[in-house]
Amino acid sequence: MAIKVFTLPDLGEGLTESDIVGWRVAEGDTVALNQVLGEVETAKAVVELPSPFAGVVRKLHGGPGTTVRVGEPIVSFEVEGAPAPPAAPPEAGYVPAAREAGRREANLVGYGAAAETGARPTRRRRIYGSAEPAAAPAPSRPGAERPRSTPPVRKLARDLGVDLAQVPGTGSNGLVTRADVESHAGHAAPPPAAAAPAAGAGTAARGGGWLAGAQEREARIPIKGVRKATAAAMVASAFTAPQATEFLTIDATASMELLEKLRARHDFDGVKLTPLVLVAKALCLALERNPSLNWRWDEEHGEIVQQNYVNLGIAAASERGLTVPNIKDAHTLDLRALAVALGELADTARAGRTTPAQLSGGTISITNVGVFGIDTGTPILHPGETAILAVGAVRRMPWEYQGGIALRQVLTLSLSFDHRLVDGAEASGFLADVGAILADPGVVLTMV
Amino acid sequence: MSKPGTGPESGGKSGEPFIQLLTPAGVRVADPHFDQWLADIDGDRLQGLYQDMVTVRRIDLEATALQRQGELALWPPMLGQEAAQIGSGRALAPEDFVFPSYRDTGVAWCRGAEYADLVKVWRGNAPSSWDPYRLNMAPMQIIIGAQTLHATGYAMAAKFEGAETATVTYFGDGATSQGDMNEAMVFAASFQAPVLFFCQNNQWAISEPVRVQAQRPIADRPPGFGIRSLRVDGNDVLACLAATRESLERVRSGAGPCFIEAVTYRMGPHTTADDPTRYRDPNELEDWRTRDPVDRLGAYLQSEGLFGEEFRDQVRAAADAAAAGLREACTSLPEPGGLEVFDHVYSGPHAVLERQKDHYSRYLAGFEAAEGGR
Repeated sequence: MAIKVFTLPDLGEGLTESDIVGWRVAEGDTVALNQVLGEVETAKAVVELPSPFAGVVRKLHGGPGTTVRVGEPIVSFEVEGAPAPPAAPPEAGYVPAAREAGRREANLVGYGAAAETGARPTRRRRIYGSAEPAAAPAPSRPGAERPRSTPPVRKLARDLGVDLAQVPGTGSNGLVTRADVESHAGHAAPPPAAAAPAAGAGTAARGGGWLAGAQEREARIPIKGVRKATAAAMVASAFTAPQATEFLTIDATASMELLEKLRARHDFDGVKLTPLVLVAKALCLALERNPSLNWRWDEEHGEIVQQNYVNLGIAAASERGLTVPNIKDAHTLDLRALAVALGELADTARAGRTTPAQLSGGTISITNVGVFGIDTGTPILHPGETAILAVGAVRRMPWEYQGGIALRQVLTLSLSFDHRLVDGAEASGFLADVGAILADPGVVLTMV
Repeated sequence: MSKPGTGPESGGKSGEPFIQLLTPAGVRVADPHFDQWLADIDGDRLQGLYQDMVTVRRIDLEATALQRQGELALWPPMLGQEAAQIGSGRALAPEDFVFPSYRDTGVAWCRGAEYADLVKVWRGNAPSSWDPYRLNMAPMQIIIGAQTLHATGYAMAAKFEGAETATVTYFGDGATSQGDMNEAMVFAASFQAPVLFFCQNNQWAISEPVRVQAQRPIADRPPGFGIRSLRVDGNDVLACLAATRESLERVRSGAGPCFIEAVTYRMGPHTTADDPTRYRDPNELEDWRTRDPVDRLGAYLQSEGLFGEEFRDQVRAAADAAAAGLREACTSLPEPGGLEVFDHVYSGPHAVLERQKDHYSRYLAGFEAAEGGR
């Protein structure tokens, strides 16, 4: 009998880690070669792990949600008659062999293996399960520039558990030298690993029914992926920008009639025309008279950034969660082009193909709660932006019309704004303009 | 030209006709033109084709597992394309020369590639796979469509030398959108090069469906270049075999280049680094499962009384042996030295490379120094 350890391979091209989705075997099970052990999720795909050995599962190194780094143990086996591995690791706390830890990953096409000390923004915060090495480097600051050094020195730092970001470089141009690393390692203990509970895979839906505890009264879903990113963005927004919200209910019958007229025109053939299209156009026009709603508060530099362009974000519910892709330079688009852009944006978001470029650089957003049949709400600002407009459902309601009461198509707009940058007067002016255009599209003639 | 079958949607409008000799249910369809090319396919040979397809499918699945187990860096699965590769591969003569793409494991198997040949590039052990002159098959091309130019050039040279051999190049639907592919067809037609273009239209260029890049069936393009083309059911091993034999005969006889579009389906991911569920409707895969090339020939063998238990056991045992052979060959490949990358760029010494090799060896020595200094 011998213990064999299956270490997590690079399952894509240049990937550095995977999350365990779930196991299909338990400790003590006898498995055959290539029998599926479970599933892991990489940044690219959920894949099945076939067993590289025939034998008995001795240890599963982590449960659903655990993030395992490439080269770290994932399953240990007891294998009949196999030669003992060069150094049989102890039962708990397997440490990957030095050669494994320092191995430079081959990459065939395109993607480079991320250096392990903050060479680029890390996709997720690294969290170690209890079975992981006791002394792991602390997570580097995401996005921080990698300290200048040479590959051999980076390897030395990695082997010694030294975070290069913590080492002052004494070489030319601040280059971190071997001596710097060694002296730092001499009087600085490596920071302890965070012993946080295991975190889970992206969305709960990906886990599959076979691991969900359906009969339990409550289940705990790890907070990860888009949900976690959304939460962080909402917290950042709610607790940095003092937000105020205003409401305006208008008679949008004229806008609905305009949509009908446009739909009948040949130049709008094949273009999806919805109330959102008119709202988006009205917003762009109203911003010309009330530009500060489109500016940005730059706390770090103590400046207000006057953005003379509109990148219009649209909150979109997709299978992967909430995203706010934006239409670049929406203010330059005519109504038809804007309608086409909105349609494409929604299709792309639904298909889960929104690109990072589409998600960044927004200046103002719309959230269309009307599609859910909701009248209105108090939207929370998309982080970094100053205003967000919620569009409610268009309803036929009794309304004052020409001195009497008639059934009219009524719509409620609500606007949340960052009170650091915008005051009630400006926000009100903007909201009133949007409302005036939608109530009577002809009023645009008086504005531009 | 007889067109008994009707193809699924695969570029152009749906239901474009193609050559089919074996229906998805495994019923043999008579064809006045192509049947003569199958005259020698008796029971033994039918069973041989079945064995081939099962074996390459098993090899392909084993290689996919080896990638998941960290033994291969990457693997491009060919699951679903067995009939196109075995049918055409078994139509080739030993002296024909093949310029394949990276997914043509089944063709390499027909050419006599050894287990280690199939995996060593994907393991990162060697910059190239087999000896091209032993198999009469060039190394797998990774650059999409580039091999079509190599094949055309090789075929032109063969013609200038008066050789009566055919050159065959394999590529996918995505490659037909490449400039290289179109240039190759222009040259092949202009010089009447003895080359067969064999397109495995597996419906997906990574995540791009073929209908996006081909408004008409791909087989409709070659005639515009002056190249004769056929559209065959790529999941029908008999249709692929007959059409390839027939086309090769024309090519060898000096009638100019030919083109075959084999309509098939990539049932797996583009490579092991891809997740097709992100872009593909699962119903589509289910539809294609009903057209599975291996099941289809199995059903035909059954109806012919050639599918006994003994035969099936023998097929399974041979496939298992191939999988075990592949695993053993893969895991026992020697680690390449770090400096071997310089060895096969030029046939003789080269001053610039020698200098780079020297620099790189000192760079590698830097790691040893760092490890030694611990």
